[in-house]
Amino acid sequence: MTSIAVSTTINGDDVEFLCNADETLLDVLRNRLGLMGAKEGCGTGDCGACSTIMDGRVVCSCLVLGAETQGREIETIEGMSEGQDLHPLQAKFIEHAALQCGICTPGFLMAAKALLAAHPDPSEEEIRFWLAGNLCRCTGYDKIVRAVQGAAAEMRGAKT
Amino acid sequence: MTFDPSYKEQGLKSVGTRPLRPDGVDKVTGRARYGADFNMPGQLVGRVLRSPHAHARIVRIDTSQAEALKGVKAVVTAADLPDQSNGDAATFAVLDNCMARKKAMYDGHAVAAVAAIDASVAKAALKLIVVEYEVLPHVVDVDVAMAADAPVLDETVFTTGVEPAPKTPSNVANRSEFGHGDVEAGFAKADMIVERNYKTEQTHQGYIEPHACVANCNSDGTADLWVCTQGPFVYRQVCADLLGLDVSKLRVTSSEIGGGFGGKTHVWAEPVALALSRKAGRPVKLVMTREEVFRASGPTSATSIDVKIGAKKDGTITAAEATLRYTSGPYAGMWAELGAMTSFACYDLENVKTVGWEVVVNRPKVAAYRAPSAPMAAFAIESAVDELAHKIGMDAVDFRIKNAASDGSKSSYGPVYGPIGIGPTLEAAKSHPHMSAPLGENQGRGMACGFWFNFGGQTCVDLNIGADGTVTIAVGTVDVGGSRASLSLITAEELGIPYENVKAIVADTSSLGYNDMTDGSRGTFSSSMAAISAARNAIQVMRERAATMWDISVDDIIWEDGHAKAVGATHDNLAPLSVADIAAEAGNTGGPIAGHSELVADGAGVSFGTHICDVEVDPETGSTRVVRYTVIQDAGKAVHPDYVEGQYQGGAVQGIGWALNEEYVYGADGRLQNPGFLDYRIPVCSDLPMIDTQILEIPNPNHPYGVRGVGETSIVPPLAAVANAVSNAVDVRMFHIPVSPPRILAALNAQAKG
Amino acid sequence: MRYESPATIENAVDLLANSDGHAFVLAGGTDLLVRMKGDDFNASLVVDIKSVDGMGQIEETADGFVIGAAVPCAALSEHAALVAAWPGVVEAANLIGSTQVQSRCTMSGNLCNASPAADSVPAMVAANAQARIIGPDGRRTIDVADVPTAPGQTSLAKGEIIEAILLPKPGARTGDAYLRFIPRTEMDIAVVGAAVNLTLDTDGTVQTARVVLGAVAPSVVVVDAAADALLGSKLSEDTLKSVEVACVAASNPIDDKRGTVEFRNQVAGVLGRRAAAIAFERAGGQS
Repeated sequence: MTSIAVSTTINGDDVEFLCNADETLLDVLRNRLGLMGAKEGCGTGDCGACSTIMDGRVVCSCLVLGAETQGREIETIEGMSEGQDLHPLQAKFIEHAALQCGICTPGFLMAAKALLAAHPDPSEEEIRFWLAGNLCRCTGYDKIVRAVQGAAAEMRGAKT
Repeated sequence: MTFDPSYKEQGLKSVGTRPLRPDGVDKVTGRARYGADFNMPGQLVGRVLRSPHAHARIVRIDTSQAEALKGVKAVVTAADLPDQSNGDAATFAVLDNCMARKKAMYDGHAVAAVAAIDASVAKAALKLIVVEYEVLPHVVDVDVAMAADAPVLDETVFTTGVEPAPKTPSNVANRSEFGHGDVEAGFAKADMIVERNYKTEQTHQGYIEPHACVANCNSDGTADLWVCTQGPFVYRQVCADLLGLDVSKLRVTSSEIGGGFGGKTHVWAEPVALALSRKAGRPVKLVMTREEVFRASGPTSATSIDVKIGAKKDGTITAAEATLRYTSGPYAGMWAELGAMTSFACYDLENVKTVGWEVVVNRPKVAAYRAPSAPMAAFAIESAVDELAHKIGMDAVDFRIKNAASDGSKSSYGPVYGPIGIGPTLEAAKSHPHMSAPLGENQGRGMACGFWFNFGGQTCVDLNIGADGTVTIAVGTVDVGGSRASLSLITAEELGIPYENVKAIVADTSSLGYNDMTDGSRGTFSSSMAAISAARNAIQVMRERAATMWDISVDDIIWEDGHAKAVGATHDNLAPLSVADIAAEAGNTGGPIAGHSELVADGAGVSFGTHICDVEVDPETGSTRVVRYTVIQDAGKAVHPDYVEGQYQGGAVQGIGWALNEEYVYGADGRLQNPGFLDYRIPVCSDLPMIDTQILEIPNPNHPYGVRGVGETSIVPPLAAVANAVSNAVDVRMFHIPVSPPRILAALNAQAKG
Repeated sequence: MRYESPATIENAVDLLANSDGHAFVLAGGTDLLVRMKGDDFNASLVVDIKSVDGMGQIEETADGFVIGAAVPCAALSEHAALVAAWPGVVEAANLIGSTQVQSRCTMSGNLCNASPAADSVPAMVAANAQARIIGPDGRRTIDVADVPTAPGQTSLAKGEIIEAILLPKPGARTGDAYLRFIPRTEMDIAVVGAAVNLTLDTDGTVQTARVVLGAVAPSVVVVDAAADALLGSKLSEDTLKSVEVACVAASNPIDDKRGTVEFRNQVAGVLGRRAAAIAFERAGGQS
């Protein structure tokens, strides 16, 4: 199998990598680039644990080929905080106890970040439907929804 | 120093507060390392070949072509995991489940495995392994498996617990019985009797992290296993037993765990990974796919349960009886027995009898799932209780209150209760605003109770005090839902120092004495007891060091508010010494300061909960939505209330999923039809409302702070609470879980036809 | 396996036409990548069409809308004119998968995957959508209904690609709707789907109607009897009952892990009736 050379942008940095044609973005992130914050819960786009943001839209990185990311902009959980400053969503997830085991958390944070970019003041129903592709088996979602509401309020406040 | 675990009422400063969890930053930044997030130099990729047949004799396995493939470093079969169980049936069952010997017992049963340089070579190698099967008749249904003409899975299974012992083998592994009084006499006194059969389908724990490990066996007999597990010490013991390793030479390190719920208390592919590494001479990383997780790990029992309950018109239950049939997969467990024990645990009954039948079938080996076996029994009993209350015209809550067990009641499974929470949770439900809130069109309200034993068990904790007075506690119970926060709180409380000064870590098996698993809701209960004991031991050491520093008798020193204080008129001028003061001088007063504790945590207080559920049913499609849900449960003492609420909410939602849509679907060929999150439908965010919680605190007399386990009980009531709510909404009783839309619509159609 | 990302549609056609037969078009990949994970999947070539000019665009023309084959479904709901014209089609497309899947999945892909349960297909068929196909022999335009021929199979020849979905400009007083039944609120495959597209006469009666069912037969079912029941009506109770009965009669499902025959038949009727009511209201109808 001949490797494909890909130039892309990940968390604002230029990144180049080689991958096989059938290799997913998730495999590239985890196995080639050491970015293991995205998790593989299913490999078929049903759990959202591998969520990343590509050109502003949240995607399951298990359903994107590494080769497809040529020239794209990728955001992963590793780029969410700025230095030691947590993103408001990250801070609120801890504050609201919105995680137990935490395996789904990076995916939820990526999806929630995309939500708040598109809808700064989402209703509870909008939050719940937007996040329906992110499975959590520990929390029953209650505290996750509250954390997203809390972060949205804080981010709206921060803007004004 | 003898440790006194008894409860003492006291003002608490740290316990009961809600500080930020210590592992939060790692988990929101993607830095926390789970099972699949670890690598070793030269590591290979391991993969398992699984049977496509529900029941088949393995005639021949030819691995030669796979072994010849470039990049393949090892291929193992049962021959590489020889039977060293010495006749121990439980150990043999674990071994045979890890790698099939003579027969494949279910769709997904491992038959061989490879280790190769990368995933694509491993995938190609699996295809080159030739397995010749002789397909045998299979059975997956519990009632069918008990029938006389059912195909017998194992000719060595003769039902135990029956007299006389049967002379022919069957799929019924054992019978268990619990109860007291005379149920026939009790039914004779009843004014009204409800007698029903209930069924529940098999569900999976559904943890989002698939099983994953990195195994390394060295030529000198030492070995390492990095793995997501609820019990590294148990995994160490089992893997050492299966592979013939010395226990102390196998170090097991538990990764962060991405959910377990009981499913990571059993070994699955870990012994296979070790066998591959031993054969290849290189580390092997083995990560299950989601399909493998569903086909070959986990699930709970499918059940068929008969219930008969009689009551007088005044609401007194005169007799209660249940016969519970549980599937256990191909190997017998104790699942029916647990169901039989928990069935009527909520009630104070004069005459009660439960009988459990453990049935082997061609499904994956059953694993513990959060309060294992209790939810199905509670579905049956709480449905019948609800129906009986309605039939005698009594409010369902009042009926339960009238019959609730209390301090001094003899439980249906034997022991006499101490102070317990079933009555208080029911009273709280009765007065909860949810109970009297108006319902909309096609909406209905149901409620149900639940019980779980809670466990204690073997526990070991190390507490070390740093030179600056901050504290590390090393525990051996894996943190599945925030226990590092609760254990830090408890340690801080006992020492009298701030929460921020304590760091809890989960130690590997070479760094700490043996610990039982994080199961039975024991993590915080047992490790906190050991942490308190260790803290008290450390305090004793610090008092002695203070005595040396002050040159006075240790008997004149007390520990108060995190300080050594000299008492008595002659020591008035001595300023109290903080932990930091004492620690700073440790090098001059005897060396490092530590506290250690090893104990068996007895007296885990039993746990009860009552749930209230509102549903809305679309009578034209059977579609059901939970629109309001309230969990009321006794925590003994909520150490970190956020994570207690989290346990209540999470368990309730798992139960809601079980009630509404989750089920293993088998084809006529015995193959699992829905091994993925697309068609194994766990609840998604948009399916649910907020889950309200109410924490009751009825102190456990056997824990210094009154703590009870809180992790499991919350999954017990929802099956019945949802089914009772559906019944209330559309006036049709549901006897088969999940109450999926096709089942509800069929029931409505049947009712309409009369 | 080889991955190619051609810049022109002709190049894409060439690659596919000259392949060994194990070649696949990649648009959103939400079906293809799942299939690729299977141990028995065998591909020699994947042609990613997202770099082809125009594939990612929605064009509004005098005749209607031209939706490029690589337009992700999430982009459909962001196109105000399209939502105003064909709310049912957009709703159907937006029901496919999660937010994450919406970022990638396409209506063309949904069509070419040829699943009986595809959400967007009944709505497109009801809307009289067409597919513009390009291949070695040039371009041709066919009805969307004629693309899938059986589960997993299409009428596309080797080397052919769907270039765009064409939606007509809806006439005045037109309304469409799509409803599906799933056990959860999200993330499931349709157990039953029902799409209705209708246009009212100036007097408020139904002038034209199309009723289409999904997931109840190997391909979508156009229920002419239901459409006939709607014609000339103002959606009385009797009319709605007739639509329901016609949908139940036209439903021809199987028992599987997602639903029973009895359940699907009954729910097909319920959804057909409900979708008709929504479409009627959207067309401005008053019962």
